[in-house]
Amino acid sequence: MESLNHVSELDRQVGGAATDVSSPPPIRRLPLEGAAPAAQVAPPAGTSTNGDGASGSSGFTAAKRSISAPQFSIRRMEIDNVSVSYADREAVKSVSIPVRQGEVLALIGPSGCGKTTLLRSLNRLTELTRTATLSGRILLDDVDIRLIEPTLLRRRVTMVFQQPNPFPMSVFDNIAYVLREQGSRRQRKKALEPKVHSALERAGLFEEVKDNLDHPALRLSGGQQQRLCIARALAAEPEVLLLDEPCSALDPQSTQVIEDLIVKLRDDVAVVIVTHNLQQAYRIADHVAFMYLGELVEYSSATALFNSPREQRTREYVSGAFG
Amino acid sequence: MESSVATPPPNPPAAPPPRKPATAAVEGSATWQLSDRIGLAACWALGLLFCAIAVAIVVYLLIQGLTYLKPSMLVTPAEAGFSQSQTGGFSDALIGTLIVGTMGIAIALPIGIAIAVWLVEYGRPAGLARITESTIEAIAGIPSIVLALFGTVIFSSTALGFLSRTTEGIVFGRSFFAASTMLSLVALPLVVASTREGLNAIPQHVREASYAVGKTKIATVRRILLPTARPQVATGAMLGLGRIIGDTAIIVVLLGATQNFAPVGSTFPLNYLRGAGTTLTNFVYEASPTGNLNQPQKAYAAAFVLLLMVLALNAAVDVVHRRARKAGTWSH
Repeated sequence: MESLNHVSELDRQVGGAATDVSSPPPIRRLPLEGAAPAAQVAPPAGTSTNGDGASGSSGFTAAKRSISAPQFSIRRMEIDNVSVSYADREAVKSVSIPVRQGEVLALIGPSGCGKTTLLRSLNRLTELTRTATLSGRILLDDVDIRLIEPTLLRRRVTMVFQQPNPFPMSVFDNIAYVLREQGSRRQRKKALEPKVHSALERAGLFEEVKDNLDHPALRLSGGQQQRLCIARALAAEPEVLLLDEPCSALDPQSTQVIEDLIVKLRDDVAVVIVTHNLQQAYRIADHVAFMYLGELVEYSSATALFNSPREQRTREYVSGAFG
Repeated sequence: MESSVATPPPNPPAAPPPRKPATAAVEGSATWQLSDRIGLAACWALGLLFCAIAVAIVVYLLIQGLTYLKPSMLVTPAEAGFSQSQTGGFSDALIGTLIVGTMGIAIALPIGIAIAVWLVEYGRPAGLARITESTIEAIAGIPSIVLALFGTVIFSSTALGFLSRTTEGIVFGRSFFAASTMLSLVALPLVVASTREGLNAIPQHVREASYAVGKTKIATVRRILLPTARPQVATGAMLGLGRIIGDTAIIVVLLGATQNFAPVGSTFPLNYLRGAGTTLTNFVYEASPTGNLNQPQKAYAAAFVLLLMVLALNAAVDVVHRRARKAGTWSH
């Protein structure tokens, strides 16, 4: 009985509260209008150069650029006026960005801004979603990717996901799976060994796992699993590597290792990384594209975008006014 | 935990070894409302009752079985006789159980896996997928004696006469082929359900990771998804097998009320598979005090063997699952 009373009392309280609320509860509103928050972080003009460690006296962050100016850059992909819709909702609106080998391209923006959708459309993974439709053109080495067989395209443009997702087999077999023909189990272990080793080496994992290549991959640590996934993506010898928030499930040390790896990889493959972490984009990207509600708001070099953004919305986003 | 409680306390959590089990961290049921405590006690009581029933069955059959089971029974076929010492053993029934189990699951497993893969990974056209789902559920709900009756209609047809004994144009319709086919329908829903469960438990990004390195859907199914779902597939197969070897109705109707093999023709092993036969369940049924043979001691012995087989299946499922757990899984 006691408990029943208690409940009904609660009920009354809730009911009472409900009647009290005639207007919506107060929401902390960020002063998006007006330049106040932006002004705080607006850097002195001209401090930013596209050089290494050029955070200067900028107010953006204490983050250090761990990447030096690119040695070269070759245009690999061309995103040309691309729009992607799910059913009747447009997730990406007329975006055009170049993707270059020798550089790291970071896509940033708040959740739901379409950056992951854009990334997934680069190797036609969006097509797995039945309702998705794409307009515009995406070129890989000047060939429209719609003309390339999806399985071939996805070997040239491979992808690493947010959650480390090694396959439930040995470390060795994870890489060998990529190297083998479709369903086949052919090709002896011996024949595949050099390629497996080199993929693991490129992902900086070989030294740690060389004695345990037969161990189940899902027994590795999270950071190692993610590097295995990168090794797997590299084993196909792609031209473009897509990374969808690859560090968001990892601890800072593993993140550091993977960031270093990404920077190292940019000369061999064009790297596109989606990240929520602005500091990370600043640390490792050469070019940054800021997307908001499906639109490409600003695309420029990382130092320029973070230190002297051209657009109001970019300035607000990188200063943390929303996101 | 220091407060002793009228109701049994909830399972003490396995505290990490270095720390002493915290006394305050565990919420004792002493602080619960009366109704919750009664509920907890009821759960415990029911759980214990269930265990007690299971243990009672096993122990009883163990005693009876060990008392009456003689190794010779496993290798001697049943014979006609007036006392239990003259009627031989049940080797034909034992082999019959193995045959229907093997054949039934050999039919149900590939079909069940294929249906599950189609439902989970393709599911197109959606309408057909929905119908298939309901059909499978319907089959799961049909009593096996009804399946058996339906089986007699099918297997007595002239077109399928080659699967059983045919005398002067009349198709007998009873054979290992007929029984195993209908028994596979008993196992099929279990295989489908647990394979689907296994496939559904695999995160979507794992499939995409395979597509993202240029693998086709079918390669992904074969090399990634089905191997990952293996423990659940095995569970389905074992449960299905358990149902097959435990079924009596289909055996009685479609395998024939005989205690021996009745081969048809001379081509081994087809002659046995086309002929009538028996299984352990049928033997137990016939040998029980209400059956035609009335030799309860042998019924117990056979039931004991049957129970051992089912327990072995359960243990096998356990081993598969434990091995899978050792391989690790994804964080979600």
